[in-house]
Amino acid sequence: MLQDQVAIVTGASRGIGREIALSFAKSGAKIVVNYAGSDDRAEEVVSEINANGGEAIKFKANVSNESEVKAMIKETITRFGSLDILVNNAGITKDNLLMRMSEADFDEVIDVNLKGVFLCTKAVTRQMMKQKSGRIINISSVVGISGNPGQANYVSAKAGVIGLTKTTAKELAPRNILVNAIAPGFIATDMTDRLTDEQKEQMLKLIPLNKLGEVLDVANVALFLASKQANYVTGQTIQVDGGMVM
Amino acid sequence: MADAFEKVKQIVVDRLDVDEDKVTLEASFKDDLEADSLDVVELVMELEDEFDIEIADEDAEKISTVGDAVNYINSNQ
Repeated sequence: MLQDQVAIVTGASRGIGREIALSFAKSGAKIVVNYAGSDDRAEEVVSEINANGGEAIKFKANVSNESEVKAMIKETITRFGSLDILVNNAGITKDNLLMRMSEADFDEVIDVNLKGVFLCTKAVTRQMMKQKSGRIINISSVVGISGNPGQANYVSAKAGVIGLTKTTAKELAPRNILVNAIAPGFIATDMTDRLTDEQKEQMLKLIPLNKLGEVLDVANVALFLASKQANYVTGQTIQVDGGMVM
Repeated sequence: MADAFEKVKQIVVDRLDVDEDKVTLEASFKDDLEADSLDVVELVMELEDEFDIEIADEDAEKISTVGDAVNYINSNQ
């Protein structure tokens, strides 16, 4: 489906990003596995892709740092010669009730989860405009639509990503660059493992399909959005949440 | 000057699909050559590649006529 396309997946050392990297590679894409901290886990993803006959490199860059982002894009183009798909997946949480949330925790989450999407998108635009084609897939969250207590920073960032997706889609549509967002619900990852059993039980009550999502459920939608099958889809936010928010 | 102008003219003609005689030094990209803002951004990118220069965003915003582009290229090469 993605034969010989080049994709950057941010935050690809684990969770949803990892699964997207692996499934894009399986579909024939060359992958840049971006990560910020866990070098070992990024290396594992690269090894797994290469072992299965794919092609991947890892690149350490904090998405909220413009010069690191630019260096990553440059290396991608030098190494693979083009850049067709960007998946803005990197994200962090610093949950707390609004009254107890520090300014630093608010800023840090906005920096990575929202500004990071802006910086990576800006940096790939030039190459995609030249190629007159490209796909940008932003991983938002269903809480960016519904709100969620204890996540003022995260929700603000994820709602911001949806607005950014729509604006970018409109600006870049004349150059055949399609920009969409995915809003996952409750997906089993490291990030959701940290929730207490009580929190998990409460969430399950809200999900009509009555189960957690798997990272593959999200990767499958990302694959669709990156593929030719989504040629007429842009500016959309697709929820992958088991019906949690309608 | 003449050399840069000829090259810029060629790029503008190709990129914006306009008649060569419309591309004068005084011609405004947006008003006279019917470029939209994305066209201008692309044009600037192409000039950067062609002349092997880097045009900062602040400077790029000031380029509104063909002459502005030619002047910028001549003083930064």
